[in-house]
Amino acid sequence: MRRPRIALAVGATLVGAALLSALVGPLLAPHSIGAVVDLDVFSPSSAAFPLGTDYLGRDVLSRVLTATRYTVFISFVATMIAASVGIFFGLAAASGSWLDMVLSRLFDIVIAIPSLMFGLVVITSLGASIPVLIGTLAVVYTPGAFRTARALALNVAALDFITVARSRGEGLSYIVLREILPNLIGPLAADFGLRFVFVALLLSGLSFLGLGVQPPYADLGALVRENIAGLGFGAPAVLFPALALASLTVGLNLTIDTLTGGRKATR
Amino acid sequence: MTALVRLSGLQIAACKDGGVTSIVRDIDLCVEAGEVLALIGESGSGKTTIALALLGYARPGCRITGGEIEVAGHRIDRMDEAALRTLRGRVVAYVAQSAAAAFNPMLTIMRQVIEPALVHGLMDRAAAETKARGLFRALALPDPDTVGDRYPHQVSGGQLQRLMAAMALITDPALVIFDEPTTALDVTTQIEVLKAFKTVVRDLGTTAVYVSHDLAVVAQIADRICVLRGGTVQEQGKADQILHAPAHAYSRALVGAAAPRVPAEPIAMPPPAPGEAPLLELRDIVAGYGGLDANGRPKACILDKVSLTIRRGRTLGVIGESGSGKSTLARVVAGLHSAAQGYVNLNGVPLASRIADRSREDLRRVQLVFQNADTALNPAMRVGQTVGRPLTFFHGLRGRTRAAEVARLFDLVRLPAAIADRLPGELSGGQKQRVNLARALAARPDLLLCDEVTSALDPVVAEAVLDLLVDLRRELGVAYMFITHDIERVRAIADDVMVLYGGCQMELADARALGSGPHHPYSRLLMASVPHLKAGWLETTMDPFAPVPGQAGATADGCRFFSRCALAMPGTCDLVRPASLVADDRLIACHRELAEL
Ligand code: SF4
Repeated sequence: MRRPRIALAVGATLVGAALLSALVGPLLAPHSIGAVVDLDVFSPSSAAFPLGTDYLGRDVLSRVLTATRYTVFISFVATMIAASVGIFFGLAAASGSWLDMVLSRLFDIVIAIPSLMFGLVVITSLGASIPVLIGTLAVVYTPGAFRTARALALNVAALDFITVARSRGEGLSYIVLREILPNLIGPLAADFGLRFVFVALLLSGLSFLGLGVQPPYADLGALVRENIAGLGFGAPAVLFPALALASLTVGLNLTIDTLTGGRKATR
Repeated sequence: MTALVRLSGLQIAACKDGGVTSIVRDIDLCVEAGEVLALIGESGSGKTTIALALLGYARPGCRITGGEIEVAGHRIDRMDEAALRTLRGRVVAYVAQSAAAAFNPMLTIMRQVIEPALVHGLMDRAAAETKARGLFRALALPDPDTVGDRYPHQVSGGQLQRLMAAMALITDPALVIFDEPTTALDVTTQIEVLKAFKTVVRDLGTTAVYVSHDLAVVAQIADRICVLRGGTVQEQGKADQILHAPAHAYSRALVGAAAPRVPAEPIAMPPPAPGEAPLLELRDIVAGYGGLDANGRPKACILDKVSLTIRRGRTLGVIGESGSGKSTLARVVAGLHSAAQGYVNLNGVPLASRIADRSREDLRRVQLVFQNADTALNPAMRVGQTVGRPLTFFHGLRGRTRAAEVARLFDLVRLPAAIADRLPGELSGGQKQRVNLARALAARPDLLLCDEVTSALDPVVAEAVLDLLVDLRRELGVAYMFITHDIERVRAIADDVMVLYGGCQMELADARALGSGPHHPYSRLLMASVPHLKAGWLETTMDPFAPVPGQAGATADGCRFFSRCALAMPGTCDLVRPASLVADDRLIACHRELAEL
């Protein structure tokens, strides 16, 4: 019984730290993001530069704090769009037969395109701006959200209380919004968190390939990429961005697991 | 006599939300060799938990925290998992409630039945198969020599249940645990399985622990009865004593709930004005699934020419086993399932077959109440909201007037008004069913379609809900269509009774006429199958299957009951649909003469 609580505490701390640095990180940063402040490159941690410096001699701490904002912000907006669109169409599909057919096949087509490939094609043709990034990530992850919402809604729609509402003559919007949706909040929240992690990882992947956030700004994936040469020296410049990304995803997963697990147990 | 099974000071606790709650406390039990002990109680009484402890098993989240468990000289509480594995299935065997879930559909029955003997290395395959066939015969299974070659889906539910008993008995275990083995079966099947169990247990001298909530079933098979409630023993004693002279108040309540219900006082209704149309009238309803054939009949026909009428304020009981089409009947009336033929009249006016085409006024008049209150209430909605919605929907009530009306409805179904802020998950089964009723009543309906509303409830609670239904009828004058598999229950609260079998109407009779005069052979079988609260009843009741040689199945036009009918006349019954015989208070669909029935 103690394990979930510890997991929750650890997860919540990690997520909280990520959110905090996304919100106020740039204000806390000791140096400006583009400023070259050290004559040496890939220098180890010191009192002046707690996380060392990067391949140009910039302060890694400042860069990680700023990059987290980009990763969290872009991922959050993209996930939000993917989840809202997915849930909307998922619920619509769960309530009508031909609509279900059309929507399901449509999203199947999107899902059939490898996500990284899709990202590469779109971004190379439209250019790597932040709106394009958000749009691409949202498109890639909408079908998953659609499928989850549809499957969950279909399960609930088969229950007797929906039949009672139907036999009373309730309209579709009442049934979907008032009877079905409240029962999906828990699982959909879990799905949202999970999808956020996927989006953050894909974003980092794109950035690592040079297609993500463009210099002088950077997200966590871009930081890893630009400092990859420091891997040979064991420079903190490459380790800490990677660590930040890992702690964000692990923290979020721990939180989701305990929250949804707890919900199940109390039922 | 030495005790074969001994439990002393058994404690079982459940860990939940960081806390530990004790679910079974200080259980002291003994079962002597060759004896059948029944554990009886409501859901949550700990009866299954105690039975599973005899296997050294505690459900996930539960732990055996203290006490001694001894079976045939083995100290189960001191054994580790490996030792328990050698014991389970060999020394203690288990027969579960759902045989369908216990069998692997991909393997033949024989392979699964002899598996325990092979796993424990007790005999070789040939010997085990011979033994299994012997058990099949002892359990009165049809075709004992070949039934083992079939797959689980090729035999009926009652047969599968008996096959599971064969699987348990193949190792000659010291103790067999029967965990509600007949609860999921239809009454007529239950008798057949119960008879088989009783014969085997007697012939093999098996020691058994029989877990059940049904006192009348237990009365047939148990030597001793232990009454449980809330994880503690209320009373234990010889079966006769518990049944006829229960000492503890709770045992008395259980016995009271199991005794046949006294029929409600007939409610005086003003005679219908001449020319007044009945509240509900169904004529020749044909309904089913799949496309229609040339005659306009669905491919899978669930209801076949069913007609009935319900007058204002009256109760019609619809009785049938699973698959009889009784729930489809309610769905047709509620507009959830369109009939292929026939018509439904409400107050003499035809009712549209689909909800979308019905007026709100028509929808209001007919309300559905489902069997399972767990799925019939929205778990994410406060119950006050659930009950209030029809008030807004049908009557436009809002705000304070609505809250007052909700409180009045809760009062009507004998629930405290404070319950309105709760979620269904915080209520007990009986309370949920009352909320379920209150929601239906909120519409101020003329007709309630009650689909098995009491069958998911514990007997004592079910009785209270039935009392409530009778009271509501008196106070509000609503009519009921009361759908159930339980003929005793229906007899007590209905004015008229309709018996369905395979989607066809077998009999339509006055409820008070049941049990006297001529009856359809199937109605007779149903009435004879309801266990009585009396030891030895099982031996005296009629055999549900008096198999008539060569009586396989009827053609689509014949009598649906043909293959199980003791009075069947091959050549007539299996070819021609019987017409209805009319007596003054009953209609019987049979080829025999009234005098023969
Ligand atoms: S019609 Fe024939 S088979 Fe059917 S119930 Fe009557 S006697 Fe039995």
